Amino acid sequence: MAVIEAPPLTRRLVATPVAGPLAALVLACAFFGLNSDQFLTGPNFSLIIQQVMVVGTLAIGQTLIILTAGIDLACGAIMAFGGIVMTKLAVDNGLPPLLAVAAGLAVCAAFGLVNGLLVTRISLPPFIVTLGMLNVAFALTHIYSNEQTVVGLPDPLTFLGQTFQVGQTNVTYGSLLTILLFLLFAYLLGSTAWGRHVYALGNSPEVARLTGIRTRRLTVGVYTLAGLIYGIAALLLVSRTGVGDPQAGQTDNLDSITAVVLGGTSLFGGRGLVIGTLVGALIVGVFRNGLQLMGVPSIYQTLITGILVILAVAVDQLSRRRNR
Amino acid sequence: MTTPVLQARGLTKRYGHVVALDGADFDLLPGEVLAVIGDNGAGKTSLIKALTGALQPDAGEIRLDGEPVRLRDPLDARRHGIETVYQDLAIAASLDIATNMFLGRELRKPGVLGKVFRMLDKKRMRQESARHMAELKIGLRSLSQPVESLSGGQRQGVAVARAVAWATRVVVMDEPTAALGVKESGQVLDLIRQVRDRGTPVVLISHNMPHVFEIADRVHVQRLGRRVAEISPRDHSMAEVVAIMTGALQVSEGRSVVVDQSAADAIGWS
Repeated sequence: MAVIEAPPLTRRLVATPVAGPLAALVLACAFFGLNSDQFLTGPNFSLIIQQVMVVGTLAIGQTLIILTAGIDLACGAIMAFGGIVMTKLAVDNGLPPLLAVAAGLAVCAAFGLVNGLLVTRISLPPFIVTLGMLNVAFALTHIYSNEQTVVGLPDPLTFLGQTFQVGQTNVTYGSLLTILLFLLFAYLLGSTAWGRHVYALGNSPEVARLTGIRTRRLTVGVYTLAGLIYGIAALLLVSRTGVGDPQAGQTDNLDSITAVVLGGTSLFGGRGLVIGTLVGALIVGVFRNGLQLMGVPSIYQTLITGILVILAVAVDQLSRRRNR
Repeated sequence: MTTPVLQARGLTKRYGHVVALDGADFDLLPGEVLAVIGDNGAGKTSLIKALTGALQPDAGEIRLDGEPVRLRDPLDARRHGIETVYQDLAIAASLDIATNMFLGRELRKPGVLGKVFRMLDKKRMRQESARHMAELKIGLRSLSQPVESLSGGQRQGVAVARAVAWATRVVVMDEPTAALGVKESGQVLDLIRQVRDRGTPVVLISHNMPHVFEIADRVHVQRLGRRVAEISPRDHSMAEVVAIMTGALQVSEGRSVVVDQSAADAIGWS
C-alpha cells in the first residue's frame, strides 16, 4: 500500500537540493569563525545580509526564470535602469517619491514583459533575448541619466537603508524586506498551483501544455514578475547607496546566476528551491566578507567564487547522473 | 445497435500537399478496448490527435455519446471526459506522484487558506492519489518520491492512473508499452484490462501486434488516412491483420480478399 503521509522531515532535508549548499554555508561560517574574531558577530552578519540583499533579490527573479529552463542575463541592467528612473523622476522631475518608485517598478516589470513576449511569441531563446536586453537596458540607463549620478534623494527612496535594532545589532529594513521576499516566493513556489506549474513548465513545456497548463501565459507571467522583483532590487540598491548610479549593477547580471546555481537550482529547469538561492547568495557574501576579514585581496574572493560555481554545477551533474 | 461513446465521420486533415487524414471514420463502443493500428504515415497519430483535441480537422465530425462536439484543444477534450496518456509526454519528471496526478487540477485547502492564500491541500491530494493507485493495484513505496526515481513501468502506471482518475468517458493511450520491457509491458496491459473492466472504454494505439491481439476487443486498421477495416482479433490471424495494414488484403463482408498479389507475396501471405 502506498504511503500517504509526508516523508519525515529528516529525510526530506537530506533529499532536498538545498542540503549541500546549506552544509557548505555552515562549514564556511565555521571556518571563518575560527579564523576571525569579528566574523561570528551580529553586526557582521547584518553587514553580510546588507551586502547580499541586492543580488539576493535579483536572484529571486532569476530563480523563477531558471526554474522555467530560461535564463536572464539582463537583470542587473534592468535594475540599474529602474534605479535611475526612480531617482531621476523624484529628484529632477519632482514627482512624489512613491509615484517615482511605482514608475521605476513598472518600467522594470515592462522589461520583463517584453522579454517574456519575445521568448513565447517569437520563440527566441531566453539567452539571446536577455543578451540583447542587457545592452538595451545598459544603453538606456546611460542615455537617460546622461552619465550623471543622481544625488539628493528624498527620504522615502532611502527608507529601506535605515535600520532598526535587534538586540545590539542594527538591521536595515531592506534586509528584512529581502528575507520576506524569499519567504513569500518559497511559499508561492512550494505551496500553490502556480508554483507547481512553474516546475512542470521547466521539466518540459510540452508535458505542461498537454496537462492543460497555459504555458505561454505562465512564461510571460514569470518574466514580468521577475522584472517587478528587479524593480524592488532597484529600490534596495538606491536606498543602500543613497544615489541613483548609472554604473550600478554591472556585475550583478552574472552574480545573480551564481547565487542561483550555488543554491542547488539546476540550469536545465524544473529543479531547485528559492531558499537555496538565499543560501547561495549568503555563501558568496560569507566568502567575500570572511576573506576580507582575513585580509585576503578582493581579487582572490572573485577567484574563489568562480571555483565554487564550477564545483556546485559539477556536484549537480554528478548527482543527477546517479539518479538516472 | 449501441451508440458509440466516441465516433468520427469523414475526418480530413491536410498539411500542404500531404493528406494526413482522408475522410477517416472511427467508432469506439462502450466498455471495449479498441486497438488502432496502421503503418507509419497511415494517419494514426493524426486521428488520435483529432479525437483528443490536439489537432483541428479541416473537415468531418466528432460525436460524443451521439452528440456532435468540437474539441478546441487538449484541455477541452479533457473537459469532455477524454483523457490521453501520451507516449513520452505524460508526466513531469522532477515532481512527485501526487503532484503529477493533480497537475493542472490542483486541490486547494478549504477556507481562507485556499481562497486567499491559494494554499494547496497536499495531504488530500496524496490521499486521493493513494486511493486511485490502490484501485488499480499499483504498488508504490511513497507518493512523495519524484517520478524520475520510478521505473519506466511505474511511470506509465502513474500516467495511466491519472488518466483513469479523471476520465469520465474515454481513455486514449498512445504506445503505452513502446518503451517498456516484457514484464512492465505485462503490467501495463493488466492495467488496461482493469480500466476496461471498470467500464471505461480504452483506445490503444500500438505497433505491437502480440499486445494488440492479447488485449483488444476490436481492431481499427488505419491505412492511407482512412479506416480500411474494423475487425475482431478472434476472427483474423496476426498475419492477416498485417496484410490488411499493408494493403495486401482488404476486408469485405467480414472476409479477407487478396487485392495486391505482389504485396501478399512479399509478406508471405498465401
